[in-house]
Amino acid sequence: MRPVTLARVLRICALLSAVLFAVVLLALRLGAVPFSLGDLGQNLWWLASGHPERLSTDFRLIMVDIRLPRILLGIFVGAALSVAGASFQALLRNPLADPYVLGVSNGAALGVLVALLVAPALPLMTPLAAFLGATATISIVYMLGRRQGQLDSSTLLLAGIISASFLSAIIMFLMTTLASRDLRGIAFWLMGDLSTALPRGLLWILVVGFLSATGAIYTTASDLNLLLAGEREAMHLGVDVTRVKLVVYISASVLTGLAVAVSGAIGYVGLLVPHLMRMLFGSDYRLLIPTSALGGAIAVVLADTLARTVVAPIELPVGAMTAMAGAPFFIYLLRRRLA
Amino acid sequence: MSDTASPVPAPDAVARAHAHVHVRVNVEQASYAYSARAHAAPLFTLEATTFQAHERELVAILGPNASGKSTLLRLIAGAIAPLSGRVELDGFATSKLDARTRAQRIALVHQESSLVFPLLAGDYVLQGRHPHGRSLWFESEDDFTIAKNALAQVGAEHLADRWMHKISGGEKQRVVLARALAQQPLVLLLDEPTLHLDIGAQVELLAQLRRLAAEHRYTIVVVTHELGLAAEFADQIVLLHRGKCLRVGPPSAVYQRELLEQVFETPLEIETAPSGRPRVLIKGRKQ
Repeated sequence: MRPVTLARVLRICALLSAVLFAVVLLALRLGAVPFSLGDLGQNLWWLASGHPERLSTDFRLIMVDIRLPRILLGIFVGAALSVAGASFQALLRNPLADPYVLGVSNGAALGVLVALLVAPALPLMTPLAAFLGATATISIVYMLGRRQGQLDSSTLLLAGIISASFLSAIIMFLMTTLASRDLRGIAFWLMGDLSTALPRGLLWILVVGFLSATGAIYTTASDLNLLLAGEREAMHLGVDVTRVKLVVYISASVLTGLAVAVSGAIGYVGLLVPHLMRMLFGSDYRLLIPTSALGGAIAVVLADTLARTVVAPIELPVGAMTAMAGAPFFIYLLRRRLA
Repeated sequence: MSDTASPVPAPDAVARAHAHVHVRVNVEQASYAYSARAHAAPLFTLEATTFQAHERELVAILGPNASGKSTLLRLIAGAIAPLSGRVELDGFATSKLDARTRAQRIALVHQESSLVFPLLAGDYVLQGRHPHGRSLWFESEDDFTIAKNALAQVGAEHLADRWMHKISGGEKQRVVLARALAQQPLVLLLDEPTLHLDIGAQVELLAQLRRLAAEHRYTIVVVTHELGLAAEFADQIVLLHRGKCLRVGPPSAVYQRELLEQVFETPLEIETAPSGRPRVLIKGRKQ
């Protein structure tokens, strides 16, 4: 028996938070203009203690305006995608479920593109459009993935992968109509990119949306453990299956929609991170949800730091980095499952 | 509530002893029908079935494949509501109880239980405490003790730290039963619990269920097509055939050669064992 207790959850979260903090420091230091750790500490202290006037101009330009917002964005996007992935894995009883693999990210991206085409003056509408796109896609994939009323694991994955490629074809088509505008920016965003500066309103939507959706999912954590054994069995152990599924589908779609609206389709984070966390800390969702959130933040900040520095001064989209790590991992999981 | 027990008089000493015990599960003229679509003709029908199960009683729902055994079990579990008639636990319709209350009173052990991610047997048993907790909840010391005791009751303490996917079929069956015990239910329902067990493990499981029923006042309902086991261990038999309830009563009343031969479509011989219980012998087709 290795029961999950509140003390254990807090202990592991504290540990992961410390790792996240170290990764953030590293990400702040690295880049075209390197800072020494001492400088960084000094300036950060001034920033945190309410003396922004003492900051050097360099620091203000590079850190406060560019690197820090980008890192914060990476934290929320990574956490949102990982929690969404872990949730889809429980709902669909499929260890290979992930918003990107299931086509949900592309559905959200299509929603964003449509919103940009229809109402370019309303950037704050994009998260809503992304959420609607994500919800529609997961509903369709869920229906296509059923056989004789039962969710079939490989049918579901195929349905997701086919939906993803179908949606990406529509996205390509729409992009040709955008030709006059910033095509490269959109292409970069589609691959998953954290470099775009966001309007402040969008950031607030991201933070509030992330916290409420993750909170809603966490209230069902012990139900999700039972849902993994099947809906009938969960029902006989007292789980209100319909309510839990509804709450988690909507929340996971909100998380995916938010992440895609601000950073495009960053793939495989929702697959890779929950699996690593399961290997490290076990598969109990009361532990997996918070560890996935922190682990996802760590993974995306690290990946983005690599994307910024690996072929500097050129920057890669962070989605390219996560796909390079995630796709082989997907194959590994698939092979191991079939073996 | 009156105790009319069973329609057939009970010669068994065990059944007589139960005739004045509290009726726990009351199935009264309950029927059910499956159909593919809402107004299509039903694909399968379970016709009106009546029986009562008391505390400390082990009831076997007996019948060949596709006779309606699992449907009857799902009716008792409250997973489906009867089309007509009543299915009650202590006077409450089981299908109307909310999922949590139901899980506190009725534990169901399934035929197959597949896991997506690896799980320790001890943690699996701990899941049985779920209906007694709330959402956003961590198990208490009491829950750990109850789970450990449940494992001990089925003689599986040593499995607590083993992975569910790495233990044998018989061991798994015990752990699954332990989780049901950890629910601390009034009624234990088991769907074909002996399916993947060898004969030694089958007898051990049934003997264990008998003991648990006696010690903890559980009402146990077992779905099975094992004629021999049901005769040896059940207090009451509910015999189903193609969706019809043919007979309800103690084994000695239900085990009649022509009846069972017709139901199971095979020649049989029935003797009375020294214990007074019937004993079934299988005959080759051509004899």
